[in-house]
Amino acid sequence: MRHTVSILVANRSGVLVRVASLFSRRGYNIESLSVGTTDDPDVSRITVVVEGDEGIVEQVTKQLNKLVDIYKVSNISDDPSIDRNLALIKVKASLNNRSEIMQIVDVFRGKVVDVASESLVIEITGDEEKISAIEELLRPFGILEMVRTGKIAMVRGDK
Amino acid sequence: MKITGAEIFVKSLLEEDVDKIFGYPGGAVIPIYDVLYDEQNIEHILTRHEQGAVHAADGYARSTGKPGVCIATSGPGATNLVTGLATAYMDSIPIVAITGQVPTNMLGTDAFQEADTTGITLPITKHNYLVQDVEDLARIIKEAFHIATTGRPGPVLIDLPKDIQIEEAEFDYPDKVDLPGYKPHYSGHYKQIELATQKIEEAEKPVIYAGGGVIASGAAEELRELAYKAQIPVTTSLMGLGSFPESDELSLGMPGMHGTEYANYALSEADLLIAIGTRFDDRVTGKLDTFVPEAEIVHIDIDPAEVSKRVVVDVPIVGDVKQVLSKLNPMVEDMVDQKRHDDWMDKIRTWKQESVLNQDFPEGILTPGEVISQICELTNGEALITTEVGQNQMWAAQYYQYSKPRSFMSSGGLGTMGYGFPAALGVQAGNLEETVFCIAGDGSFQMNLQELATAVSCELPVNIAILNNHYLGMVRQWQGLFYEKRYSATCLRKRKSCPDDCCEPGEDCPEMTPDFVKLAESFGALGIRVTKPEEIKPALEKAIASPKPVVLDFIIVEEENVFPMVPAGGAIDNMILGEDN
Ligand SMILES: Cc1ncc(C[n+]2csc(CCOP(=O)(O)OP(=O)(O)O)c2C)c(N)n1
Ligand SMILES: [Mg+2]
Repeated sequence: MRHTVSILVANRSGVLVRVASLFSRRGYNIESLSVGTTDDPDVSRITVVVEGDEGIVEQVTKQLNKLVDIYKVSNISDDPSIDRNLALIKVKASLNNRSEIMQIVDVFRGKVVDVASESLVIEITGDEEKISAIEELLRPFGILEMVRTGKIAMVRGDK
Repeated sequence: MKITGAEIFVKSLLEEDVDKIFGYPGGAVIPIYDVLYDEQNIEHILTRHEQGAVHAADGYARSTGKPGVCIATSGPGATNLVTGLATAYMDSIPIVAITGQVPTNMLGTDAFQEADTTGITLPITKHNYLVQDVEDLARIIKEAFHIATTGRPGPVLIDLPKDIQIEEAEFDYPDKVDLPGYKPHYSGHYKQIELATQKIEEAEKPVIYAGGGVIASGAAEELRELAYKAQIPVTTSLMGLGSFPESDELSLGMPGMHGTEYANYALSEADLLIAIGTRFDDRVTGKLDTFVPEAEIVHIDIDPAEVSKRVVVDVPIVGDVKQVLSKLNPMVEDMVDQKRHDDWMDKIRTWKQESVLNQDFPEGILTPGEVISQICELTNGEALITTEVGQNQMWAAQYYQYSKPRSFMSSGGLGTMGYGFPAALGVQAGNLEETVFCIAGDGSFQMNLQELATAVSCELPVNIAILNNHYLGMVRQWQGLFYEKRYSATCLRKRKSCPDDCCEPGEDCPEMTPDFVKLAESFGALGIRVTKPEEIKPALEKAIASPKPVVLDFIIVEEENVFPMVPAGGAIDNMILGEDN
């Protein structure tokens, strides 16, 4: 199963390695990772997505909790939450198909952020499925380059 | 007044009541050694290898309950600590290790003797620090000692760049730590403790399985109280040896791969297992699905990450063993005069009588069991024992009757050959009045024998009892039992000129190298060779009386194996009990 683990950590050098190494020692590949500061400049949030056995992820979560530089760990996979990825996609575009591409971008509420003679750069945000869906639709035109951030997530409601 | 980082470091050690440290100097720690030169209240014990220093600090910690402190220089000094840190980490031993580092402006440039010490030691320390500002140093040392010694203890490393040792700051040792991410649970959930009481009252065939956590939390007395009051037999893991007196009728000795038959049978029939300060190591459980098949499990441990890690438990209690038992004991019904567990104890008594460990030693040959039994007898079971790793370690666990906590020091989790002898030096340094024995193998002792120089020069009169079987015996045992006696790379007497396929020790075998007696003498220690059972006692008496360190070279029967034995991955009630079974 796929897990999203949200971790509040001290904003200090070396913390990311500590987190990553607890996953890698189990042979787990981190599928996506994002790190950023929070409203408190001394605290960062790391969001990790991993595929793995329920019990083992729970074990890793407990071990993460023991790290001195880690304040809070939550597995939010089952919590109702909002999650977002951002992708930039450079796609081949000629005069003939440019408008067709822009229509697709519109449907996905993306933005064209750069136009060159033979290509467009598209910015798109959304959950993983949405980004994968537009990627599939743009593929026939020729994707020249694509970058994608890790997922960031927030649990809905007051908690 | 401002003082240097090196001075801050030494003053902080004094604040932490450190009076002995183990170490080895080098370029990146000269400023610290310069301060130590004048410091009368700290004795620095110069080992002959950094691995010796960290194991000695570990032995000091295990035997005294105080944190062990060791120092090494940057690069190779730091990497030489790795095995010792991993050993301490696996066994939850409080150590504070300080390593020198290249100056901060050279970090990451492959400077001379630079190694990424915090990176290398990250997975084998409870926490580590790279000091980047002299203003942080006192706080970091305070935190390091706090983290090493509280909660589930463990080693903490401080990597201290040379420029920071020289820079100056005001010294103000904090009296509190502020670590929002570090809050061990001590007290144990009341509801869970209540539930455990109920399980104990309902049980007909209960067993306590106690581990190193009982010793770490100083709860031997509370453990004994629970066992007596509720009349429950106790088995102690390798790490837990000494937490319950083995002479007691309720003692089952050690469980698992080389445990006693009666401990393994009792576990396999128990209807309630009370696991205390222990982590269900695979050497204890054997095949997991057949471990305690009939039992409900209560598990008391300070580390929430140990709960249901290997074995799913019914009543987890996260908390300090001593605190939890202090709450649990008064709630448990007094069963001393009830005959509730009489049938169960009768059964256990029968298993005990039939045990291979209780048979007489054969006459005329020198067996490891007899050597260790005599050490036990002569020291009234009160010596401080360290072990190396292999058969010697298992025999030391089986044949010495431990009577008190902190009297058995052995690398349980990592199984580090070369641990026992340097650890014994730390034990002796922390317990100058006590008799210290290292029960060693001829292979393991050679991994850190350079520390004989430390023993002699620091006047640490340890006794090293080498159970010399001329083999890497434990590996040879597996080769004998499971690899058709193909003794690949396990004979320590083998010369290039020997037949390739030799699997039979005999009269014509080459001399053992080294000659341990001459080796001891060359270091200025006493060497005694023992080849016959009747020589054991006089040799031991001489050793114990000697003010010098002593190497006892016991030439034991060569192909002796450790029994009982549960083959790896097997069920623990399915044991090999001897050569012909
Ligand atoms: C550092 C290290 N290397 C290798 C091993 C694997 N090993 C376990 S026991 C053993 C043999 C130990 O031989 P010896 O010290 O003579 O003890 P014996 O078993 O003969 O009593 C070996 C090689 C180990 N535990 N530690
Ligand atoms: Mg040997």
